[in-house]
Amino acid sequence: MKKREFKPLSVLYACLAYTFLYLPIIVVIVFSFNTSKRNITFEGFTFEWYAEMLENEQLMQSFYNTLIVAFVSTAISVFIGTLCAVGLHRFEFKLKQLISDSLYIPIVIPELVMGIGLLVFFSSINVETSIYTLIISHVTFSMPFVVITVRSRIAGFDKSIEEAARDLGANELSTFMRVTLPMIAPGVVSGGMLALTLSLDDVVVSYFTAGPDSTTLPLKILGMVKKGVSPDVNALSTLMIVGTIAVMVFSQLIQRKMEKKNG
Amino acid sequence: MRKKLSNKLVQTVMIGPTVLWLLAFLLAPLIIVVGISFLTKNAHGGVNMPITLEAYKSMANLDYLMIFARSMWLAAETTILCLVFGYPLAAIIARSSKNVKPILVLMVMLPFWINSMIRLYGWMTMLRTEGIINTILLGIGIIDEPLAMLYTDGAVVLGMVYELLPFAVLPLYTSIEKIDPSLLEAACDLGAARRRSFMRVTLPLTMPGIFAGSIQTFIPALGLFYVSDMLGGGSSMYLGNLIKNQFLSARNWPLGAALSLLLIVITIVLMRLYTRVGKLDDIV
Repeated sequence: MKKREFKPLSVLYACLAYTFLYLPIIVVIVFSFNTSKRNITFEGFTFEWYAEMLENEQLMQSFYNTLIVAFVSTAISVFIGTLCAVGLHRFEFKLKQLISDSLYIPIVIPELVMGIGLLVFFSSINVETSIYTLIISHVTFSMPFVVITVRSRIAGFDKSIEEAARDLGANELSTFMRVTLPMIAPGVVSGGMLALTLSLDDVVVSYFTAGPDSTTLPLKILGMVKKGVSPDVNALSTLMIVGTIAVMVFSQLIQRKMEKKNG
Repeated sequence: MRKKLSNKLVQTVMIGPTVLWLLAFLLAPLIIVVGISFLTKNAHGGVNMPITLEAYKSMANLDYLMIFARSMWLAAETTILCLVFGYPLAAIIARSSKNVKPILVLMVMLPFWINSMIRLYGWMTMLRTEGIINTILLGIGIIDEPLAMLYTDGAVVLGMVYELLPFAVLPLYTSIEKIDPSLLEAACDLGAARRRSFMRVTLPLTMPGIFAGSIQTFIPALGLFYVSDMLGGGSSMYLGNLIKNQFLSARNWPLGAALSLLLIVITIVLMRLYTRVGKLDDIV
């Protein structure tokens, strides 16, 4: 290829773009170590807000809720989503196309409408919003992503290997556990990671389906910003940022390793 | 025969849970929303019979039309800005060397994994009257008085672009990456100037990415009520806030339901438009 001209310009542009993306995150982190209560200028370094954060029960509760909802909803999504993906790959039946297509509905309909739909649904069957309704709603929007991710992984997968296992006398369960699952593992992991981040990031659907005792951290921040936030929110946010980045980088590494292994 | 029966059983066990889940928590809620839009609101904030078209009639109100127009404009503005600023970034990533490319892609996705509230909160900290940007600008003497940035329409646009930029960059990147470099070489060999080869080769070939990127920014932009809640301070109303308020504060469920359906209709129209040009899979 011909020589790349204007390279310094590209580098400059990329730097500016990434600064734009990361600046607010860095600001949140920096101010979590600031001695001043007001997020205006950096006055000195302290861990005070981290101690205060641990004392703030409401804040910690919202943090635990966030984690519980994320992990439980991911587990459910991965479980039923993977089964569905494998089933859709293996069987041919009348409604298959309809089911495959309707998996795209939760992905394309506006989150706002989904949140409202679930709110009126729960209220019409007289179920009060709580952490359970929150988990249900998170599964609803993340499970289709699991199915689609896993399906794209199985797409090039030779059905005869599973059939061979069954012909050799393996039952359904052991075929699934010993043959199918190891082959689709990278897809399951990335689907699960996607479900986890979607859940951790969700504001809109949670806004309508969380009960008064089950607010998540994002909802808590949304509620607090209007009254002015104290830096213990920065501290907790910093932990969440570090945690999210660690999990994602780690999962990328695992995935790459698995893909290398499986080719 | 027995094998066939047990196959049916396995199939039901595998696919059944997902189907039931979607019927109960996706289809049923949507049907209820449609139903509510035809009912009458009652004094307790719920809905009653009789069936009417009142909600739909009340949508044709000048105030609501203004809100609708403003939301469409905001979404369009956001989409265009995301494409304009995202395209060069996507191109730079697509043409970077093999070693840095995965890192650059990961770095676009990374902020998007971190909760939006946290990131918008960072913007609030910066944009405030006594925030960092004003402090710096005052410090170097560019301005004499702090600029009012937070709680303006500009701040809302900034927040929207910030939230949705990765959704534009990633499809753009994928489509630029797919271009065979020999095509550009050919254009170059045939004497096309850089600009011409961009307009005649790169741009047309990346149309699917541009389209996917626009859909992926435009549709969420219509519903992101929290950006204007946080950065706009609720100073101007958008479709998302309007719908949210009908369910939570104004308590006019039929109107809220009718507006939600409007949002779905817009989405479906856009998706149809999209599937004519591209594949549904590209959007995920």
